[in-house]
Amino acid sequence: MTENILEVRDLVKHYPVTRGVVFRKTVGHVKAVDGVSFDLRQGETLGVVGESGCGKSTLARVLMNLEKPTAGSVHYKGQDISKLSGGALRRLRRQIQLVMQDPYTSLNPRMTVGDLIGEPFEIHPEVAPKGSRRGKVKELLDLVGLNPEHINRYPHQFSGGQRQRIGIARALALRPEIIVCDEPVSALDVSIQAQVMNLLEKLQAEFGLAYIFIAHDLSVVRHLSDRVAVMYLGKVVEIGTEDEIYERPTHPYTQALLSAVPVPDPTVREHKAIIRLTGDVPSPADPPSGCRFRTRCWKAQEVCAQEVPLLQIRSGSDHPSACHFAEKREIVATHEAA
Amino acid sequence: MSDILVSEQSAAGASGRPAGRLLEVDDLRVEFRTRDGVAKVINGVTYHVDAGETLAVLGESGSGKSVTAQTIMGILDTPPGHVTGGQVRYHGKDMLAMSFEERRRIRGEGIAMIFQDALSALNPVFTVGFQIAEQYRVRRGMSRADAKKRAIEMLDQVKIPNAKGRFNNYPHQFSGGMRQRAMIAMSLALDPEVLIADEPTTALDVTVQAQIMDLLAELQRERQMGMILITHDLGVVADVADRIAVMYAGRIVEEADVYDLYAKPAHPYTLGLLNSIPRLDEKGQELRTIKGLPPNLMNIPPGCPFNPRCPMAQPVCREKVPPLLQIGAGRASACHFAEELVNRD
Repeated sequence: MTENILEVRDLVKHYPVTRGVVFRKTVGHVKAVDGVSFDLRQGETLGVVGESGCGKSTLARVLMNLEKPTAGSVHYKGQDISKLSGGALRRLRRQIQLVMQDPYTSLNPRMTVGDLIGEPFEIHPEVAPKGSRRGKVKELLDLVGLNPEHINRYPHQFSGGQRQRIGIARALALRPEIIVCDEPVSALDVSIQAQVMNLLEKLQAEFGLAYIFIAHDLSVVRHLSDRVAVMYLGKVVEIGTEDEIYERPTHPYTQALLSAVPVPDPTVREHKAIIRLTGDVPSPADPPSGCRFRTRCWKAQEVCAQEVPLLQIRSGSDHPSACHFAEKREIVATHEAA
Repeated sequence: MSDILVSEQSAAGASGRPAGRLLEVDDLRVEFRTRDGVAKVINGVTYHVDAGETLAVLGESGSGKSVTAQTIMGILDTPPGHVTGGQVRYHGKDMLAMSFEERRRIRGEGIAMIFQDALSALNPVFTVGFQIAEQYRVRRGMSRADAKKRAIEMLDQVKIPNAKGRFNNYPHQFSGGMRQRAMIAMSLALDPEVLIADEPTTALDVTVQAQIMDLLAELQRERQMGMILITHDLGVVADVADRIAVMYAGRIVEEADVYDLYAKPAHPYTLGLLNSIPRLDEKGQELRTIKGLPPNLMNIPPGCPFNPRCPMAQPVCREKVPPLLQIGAGRASACHFAEELVNRD
């Protein structure tokens, strides 16, 4: 049993909705993240999947302490990171780094690659003394598969995939233990996406990194993750090992999500049972009472409107699932047809 | 319907056109003249679509799939884009040689297009209903009231709940999926024969994507439309396409029936793409990637444009551009070693 390096408990992040210019008053809250708990173990990848607006990116921002949580806690090795500030926070940031989705806007166009990747060393001079920095940056470039001689180039001279490698090199610079990847491959073409995914796996094996891998692409998440959390409207609806979530999902939302993923194999298209969800995701400013998924759920009953289903192991589920009626269901799409 | 596939490359194909052939793109060439040089974006693209069938045009960014569609629609930005050769025939008539007025008549009524980003494709200062009804008033000379009635029918057909009430909503009041539906309603308002869908679901979540693809398939069946589905998503293609044309560096590198293409790809690029996608139904080990990057279109390598990235490349690949040749019933490949690729196990 490896130890938990990150423990997230009942994390809540609400954003106030205000009205009025002079007399500003709060008229409601967008409940972006609303009671999320999970653990991250050393060296593992936790995938976080969900559709847009489910709060996955807000979760990343709170985990990075870029936003203060409204309630709840994030413990890194026993330390509550949301309570830290100043030097203590800076020291902690060395251990948790972020790779962002858009490699076009996350790199300063006026800085060379050397400056971009070397910048973390300015803030944390103890990691690399001034003289050795260029050498370190070159090492990092080589590590992520870029030519170390390109150290003086600017971001616009690189393609999207290469820029994402720069972003990864920058996140690696301080040798963190945890990297939060927020949709790191979704802006990339298929052939490039695979290269970056392989790189992430290689780096994990080499440095024993733990990843929190946030993505909307279920196939990508399955490929990289050891455990997976499925989010819907600010809550985790199901969490389990990659196998438990993809082979034996018990929450109706997970089942619908998995069944809707197009499988790149035309021979399954006739006997594929897509669970068709009606309607759109409700607004996180005004989520439904009880179970948040009930407005789109085919199993919804009275109890779903009244009681919030807890994320726990139930009779029909061998892993935590937040559904009153959790049960296994064969999802044809995830199995080979023949 | 897809069995009657002929891949004639000659311009004389027009006379011996099979019935139901709606649109043919023939040896199309487009370049972008920019300050930095000339980018050869389309280098001889040939494909066609028949009534009731779905042709998927598959390719990565910069492969020229969207520019081909823009040229068909006559919405290519000129400059910098210039058509330097080839034809786009609608019912056998070359649209590139038509007057602006003739082309305008085909747009909407003959060929319509839906785009990836519905929010920027819809006009934000007019209501959704107005934008649909406008077509009936301008193109069909209907009265305001009749046009409104037809527009509401259209909104209803694309399954927008409470179509009547939604008529007066602005695009920003719609959710992403609803907006895409509204755009579909708009493009189908004049009953086109061919629908070009350029990444129609890329910006949407999977559950909504499934809804929209279902809707498109249903409308296509009802109207016997020919559909050109432009996408980079191998999953979506496997679900809906009849035939597939794979594009790379402004060329079609492979064309095949959907089942053949996934079972036995006849071009190393197609094979590479299929190998490099993570699959939902299996936990893979390392993904087999295509090494390198797509070529710079201002400086396409000599010979086969894929040769620097190709694991099968031989000296001949650096010298001769492989033409798109028939390699069996309804399939064509632009690889010198297509036969070997298909016949190996």
